[in-house]
Amino acid sequence: MIEEHADAHATYGAETEQRMGFFTDTTVCIGCKACEVACKEWNMVPEDGLVWTGKSYDNTGELGANTWRHVAFVEQEVPVDDGSETAGIRWLMSSDVCKHCTHAACLDVCPTGALIRTEFGTVVVQEDICNGCGYCVPACPFGVLDKREIDGDGRVWKCTLCYDRLQDGQTPACAKACPTESIQFGPLEELHERADERLATLQAQGEESARLYGRDTSDGVGGFGALFLLLDEPEVYGLPPDPVVTTRDLPEMWRAVGTAAAGLAAAVVISLIGRRR
Amino acid sequence: MTTRDSYYGHPIIKPPVWKNEIGWYLFTGGLAGASASLAFAAEVSGNRRLARTSGLIAAAAVNVSPALLIKDLGRPERFLNMLRVFKPTSPMSVGSWILAASGSAQSVAAACEILGVLPKVRVTSQLAAGLLGPALSTYTAALIADTAVPVWHDAHRELPAVFAASSCASAGAAAVLLGHEGSTGPARRLAVLGGAAGLGLSQLMERRLGMVGEPYRRGRPGMYMRASKASTALGLVATVAGKGLVRRAGGGLLLAGAALERFAVFNAGF
Amino acid sequence: DIAFLGGIINYILENNRDFREYVLEYTNAPVIIDESYADAEDLDGFFSGWNTEKGTYDTTSWQYDGMEVHPSAGQREMGATAGEQAGHGGQGASLHHGEPPREDRTLEHPRCVYQLLRRHYQRYTPELVEATCGVPRDDFLRVAKALCDNSGRERTSAIVYSVGWTQHTVGVQYIRAAAIISMLLGNMGRPGGGIVALRGHASIQGSTDIPTLYNILPGYIPMPNAHAHQDLRTFVEMNTSPGGYWGNMEAYTVSLLKAYWGPNATKGNDFCFDYLPRLTGDHSIYQSVLNMLEGKVEGMIVAGENPAVGSANGRLHRFAMAKLKWLVVRDLFEIETASFWKDSPEIERGELTTEDIGTEVFFMPAASHVEKDGSFTNTQRLLQWHHKAVEPKEDCRSELWFYYHLGRLIRQKLADSQEDRDRPVKELQWYYPTSAETADPSAEAVLREINGVGPDGKALSAYTELKADGTTSCGCWIYCGVFKDDVNQAARRKPHTEQNWLAPEWGWAWPANRRILYNRASADPQGRPWSERKKLIWWDPQEKTWTGPDVPDFEPTKPPDYVPPDGAKGPAAIGGSRPFIMQADGRGWLFAPAGLVDGPLPTHYEPEESPFGNLLYGQRANPVRQVYPRSGNHYNPSNGAADAGRYPYAFTTYRLTEHHTAGGMSRTLEYLSELQPEMFCEVSPELARERSLEHGGWATIATERAEIEARVLVTERLRPLRIGDRVLHQVGLPYHWGWRGLSTGSAANDVTSIALDPNVHIQEVKAATCDIRPGRLSGGYRGEIP
Ligand SMILES: Nc1nc2c(c(=O)[nH]1)N[C@H]1C(S)=C(S)[C@@H](COP(=O)(O)OP(=O)(O)OC[C@H]3O[C@@H](n4cnc5c(=O)[nH]c(N)nc54)[C@H](O)[C@@H]3O)O[C@H]1N2
Ligand SMILES: Nc1nc2c(c(=O)[nH]1)N[C@H]1C(S)=C(S)[C@@H](COP(=O)(O)OP(=O)(O)OC[C@H]3O[C@@H](n4cnc5c(=O)[nH]c(N)nc54)[C@H](O)[C@@H]3O)O[C@H]1N2
Ligand code: SF4
Ligand code: SF4
Ligand code: SF4
Ligand code: SF4
Ligand code: SF4
Ligand SMILES: [Mo]
Repeated sequence: MIEEHADAHATYGAETEQRMGFFTDTTVCIGCKACEVACKEWNMVPEDGLVWTGKSYDNTGELGANTWRHVAFVEQEVPVDDGSETAGIRWLMSSDVCKHCTHAACLDVCPTGALIRTEFGTVVVQEDICNGCGYCVPACPFGVLDKREIDGDGRVWKCTLCYDRLQDGQTPACAKACPTESIQFGPLEELHERADERLATLQAQGEESARLYGRDTSDGVGGFGALFLLLDEPEVYGLPPDPVVTTRDLPEMWRAVGTAAAGLAAAVVISLIGRRR
Repeated sequence: MTTRDSYYGHPIIKPPVWKNEIGWYLFTGGLAGASASLAFAAEVSGNRRLARTSGLIAAAAVNVSPALLIKDLGRPERFLNMLRVFKPTSPMSVGSWILAASGSAQSVAAACEILGVLPKVRVTSQLAAGLLGPALSTYTAALIADTAVPVWHDAHRELPAVFAASSCASAGAAAVLLGHEGSTGPARRLAVLGGAAGLGLSQLMERRLGMVGEPYRRGRPGMYMRASKASTALGLVATVAGKGLVRRAGGGLLLAGAALERFAVFNAGF
Repeated sequence: DIAFLGGIINYILENNRDFREYVLEYTNAPVIIDESYADAEDLDGFFSGWNTEKGTYDTTSWQYDGMEVHPSAGQREMGATAGEQAGHGGQGASLHHGEPPREDRTLEHPRCVYQLLRRHYQRYTPELVEATCGVPRDDFLRVAKALCDNSGRERTSAIVYSVGWTQHTVGVQYIRAAAIISMLLGNMGRPGGGIVALRGHASIQGSTDIPTLYNILPGYIPMPNAHAHQDLRTFVEMNTSPGGYWGNMEAYTVSLLKAYWGPNATKGNDFCFDYLPRLTGDHSIYQSVLNMLEGKVEGMIVAGENPAVGSANGRLHRFAMAKLKWLVVRDLFEIETASFWKDSPEIERGELTTEDIGTEVFFMPAASHVEKDGSFTNTQRLLQWHHKAVEPKEDCRSELWFYYHLGRLIRQKLADSQEDRDRPVKELQWYYPTSAETADPSAEAVLREINGVGPDGKALSAYTELKADGTTSCGCWIYCGVFKDDVNQAARRKPHTEQNWLAPEWGWAWPANRRILYNRASADPQGRPWSERKKLIWWDPQEKTWTGPDVPDFEPTKPPDYVPPDGAKGPAAIGGSRPFIMQADGRGWLFAPAGLVDGPLPTHYEPEESPFGNLLYGQRANPVRQVYPRSGNHYNPSNGAADAGRYPYAFTTYRLTEHHTAGGMSRTLEYLSELQPEMFCEVSPELARERSLEHGGWATIATERAEIEARVLVTERLRPLRIGDRVLHQVGLPYHWGWRGLSTGSAANDVTSIALDPNVHIQEVKAATCDIRPGRLSGGYRGEIP
């Protein structure tokens, strides 16, 4: 009972565009957070607190209603190859964003139809429809969405892949602002090619820890519309190693509900058997 | 310095944003659904007294439910958007339609009951509500299982049964508690059946969950779960063995056990 | 870093990795130095010419051998100022009327520059680098090898630096060391090579070209000295280089005077040379602030700067400003510099009281760059025009508006004055078209004035058209051509896809829209590209001209085999195979016989404050560094001093991406403030353990001057250094905070001191010592009252 694939955007008929997305190559991210700021500026996402966390240079923490791009800072000790006894330090930076899943749980579970698949194959919350039921929040396997509690807003918000800019043929704000082209925007097919090439280059250079994340279209969410090149396990960056769209199991759930409901009915009938008092 | 298995201990998924109203709704929905079915069954079997008791319980519960749901919305004024579309992929959408339909039917039935008018309409409405009852009682299991929350999602096979059992327990118990003693035999049996099955089923669920079921063993959900089981067990004894006030108290305990169980499940997901 | 860079120089020389043909022809490697020269290696950290009483060098002995000492000896006496101009222009070389100096092309003569270099750096071994810098030997060798492997005919390397290299008491010599490496490896004047200074503020390059500095005029023409430069003739004589483009210095100066005073400047009155202000000493900002403290300065205009928290020893600045009669602050926000009199930490602690501060403070809101037309000149000398996007709000006004109307009002007031001293202001050419309701002067009119005009009133196209006879005017000779054909060349925005790879039609680069300086060096002495891969400018023997995608930085038709005739002057005195045309001898200076006040070769010294002694020399720190030990600016005792142990740690200050400099433009913005919301310090786990600092807790950082507090970020990124047999812990301090704005915190500059590089007076805020202890600044605050 999974919403029929990201090609669901093909239902736009003549208005269907190429599926657009991101390839975030974290190996060239410098942690400047220009993407975070550009996103907030363009989308008028409110400031949500001046809290120093002490988690490296990350004072944002995670994606949420008021953070649609989040730059993670991972400090690691790694062995160095120069024979010295001290370990080296590796400082990984990675800009996270909504994955615009091929099989998007948030979209599937949304009861109001506020969450839609656009003609670009992206997943967008319509802010004038969302009634803040909050269902999509725990449905997303990546913890992308959250409810905005500022000024009594009450709706959920997330990356729109700059739907407004896409409609005007422009690059999303975050990608535009990224000085290193860590965030690459384009037709998903092309991004897949670029990602493969980049991975091959890195592997040829002996970067064994490099891997693509979200490239595999047969994974639990059917591949991401926004894929990544990582230098370590996804968990290290706060990402699920094996995300699964929860609605994959929905048919089974409905079956179990049917059985249970029948059981309930049977129990009621059975309880009639016997004395009235 | 970050560790290998998490990003500074941040959970990967977001905890639900639902407040306690939703925990209550899991309970009231179950109570309303099973009560409606019980009311209809009683009606058919000619147990008018029980039909009246359970019908009114169902009506009360089914009318509290949307209030609870609306209160939890970020934008309560947009609650009607729930009926903007019908989406089988969204248990909440499906549930909203079930709730709307069974709510209207049960309300009509209850109105006729109270005013003592239009018996045909009453029975027809009760029939509708009664048929929708099992769905109303159990769809909420799919609702919470259809998330990325492991303790809910991984229990998607067991949760509907657990909910069905506790719905039976609560519907029966509520009638035992509030109904005329002379008419609540079927309710008592339903309560006992539900309560006993519930104990077994939740045990099964926890076992199958394994590590993921950890929340049921500690903290607030653990406490609710233990209280629920104790309350249900005591309630079973009192309902089966007791008479008069003791039996009613047993009903109360079973009802509380069912409510606590929903809260255990609800809180386990945070 | 001089130990490190010196180590690379040593590596290049000992392994014969230098680009020999380039070095031989294009640098002063073969030149023989005066026999009275003695190296720091001989004098334990001093060069010859040291004058202990004055604390300065007499640089006579650093000259090329066989050269008459040029009369500009008098100018060198001025010390600090000479360095600055010569550094840019090289007129200090005082060559013997273009005559070739004595040289040994076998590079074997013991006093030739090449051999002097070898000797000077022979002790800068990988082992010494490790012991001095704490950089493991192998890591160092990796860097040295990579640099050499990527230099030569086929490849070039660029060295990119910023303030980690400059904010030291030996800052200029860091860059000199990089220059020596680049020249030895043949990386100057070639595509992909060179030294790239990542300059900070938008248009900070512009602010030295058209300077906001006290000691130079536009285009690096020195500011005349009150004693030495009585008239235009002596000024020009003393500053004109016998060879190279500084040989036309008179034309540049006269054209500048014409731009200032127009028809009032005539041959008869020395083109109003007398109207120029004169230097009487060190008027640099830090000296002026110290003068303020003594009550010697009445007023100050601060435009686009926040010294109360941004300058070294900000606390001292606040005390100093409290002694002014008036202070004008022009800024986008009411920054700490504008509000110190009512809300600074000194007011809170009762060290200063608002009632007792006599300073009258005027805050003038400024228009930001999007609210006005103008240009930015960035580090590669590229001018890019920006257009006003929105009108400034309310009372906000552009800089042009402020200074133009200020001048206009002053001139109005002086209109009836008969005083001679008012004539420079009264006779100024102060006429600019204005527009908009606010009467904002036209920025393009100013740019055109800077570009200069010829006798026909048309915009000039190149500085080679400038004349010394008063027929041309030009506000800044190096910018001449930016308004060529009466078109704002800086506003050009042709996409790179529509032009060659140098994108010459994007903006305009000074001088002459040349994108790579000294690009004659991209060809070999015979004028052929060093390699196909790296070709840029070459000699076309058919056309008898230099050609290539860039504008040649050479007289276009001077053949590679040109030899200057006897007595040649200016550009004509530069040989056909000498690319460094701003130097009198046309060569790159591995050894700098003039232009620097602290030595002809970069030498390793410790910072003013350091827990260590100098492993190489008896002399610990740069002997010529400028220090001001006084109340409020006392230095921490360093290695060797009895109580040096009171400040056992090194600290450095730096930037975060999320904030900008003194914070006026970032602490005021919510999207940036939430990304770095609080002042913090960074320490290693080892130091945290040693001093019981808790991650996420608070620490107090102390120096002789003052104490500050910061949240503690414990991180493995900050690593203890092993220096010799000691372990050195470091404390990292971002310097963006102050007490105003959305995100507030201690200003790191409250603990820094004023200790300066002697050539350009830059403050040493990259290396100093401190103590650190757990907990917040509470009642126990200790700070020196300046
Ligand atoms: N986001 C942001 N960008 C800026 C600015 C800003 O405030 N914020 N400021 C702009 C300005 S005005 C400037 S001048 C530039 C400055 O740009 P940078 O020079 O990059 O600035 P810093 O961070 O002050 O210092 C750089 C590094 O120097 C290192 N360092 C300290 N001492 C030494 C030393 O002795 N040797 C070496 N090799 N390294 C050392 C420090 O560890 C630090 O990491 O940045 C400009 N860009
Ligand atoms: N400890 C330590 N101290 C340092 C450094 C360091 O690394 N460590 N770095 C040094 C360096 S490299 C620099 S450049 C300085 C910078 O120090 P400052 O120049 O003192 O600091 P800024 O915050 O850049 O001040 C610029 C001000 O200009 C205002 N402004 C912006 N645009 C305009 C305009 O168009 N007109 C006017 N009138 N105002 C405008 C801004 O609001 C801002 O307040 O700090 C130096 N101090
Ligand atoms: S990442 Fe989460 S929010 Fe984004 S499309 Fe997938 S399920 Fe939806
Ligand atoms: S919160 Fe809004 S977007 Fe999310 S599921 Fe509910 S209605 Fe849809
Ligand atoms: S695509 Fe747009 S909305 Fe999404 S993160 Fe980037 S800037 Fe924000
Ligand atoms: S803008 Fe680009 S480089 Fe900067 S943090 Fe974001 S992804 Fe990284
Ligand atoms: S775009 Fe370039 S110049 Fe502008 S702030 Fe970023 S790094 Fe600096
Ligand atoms: Mo700077």
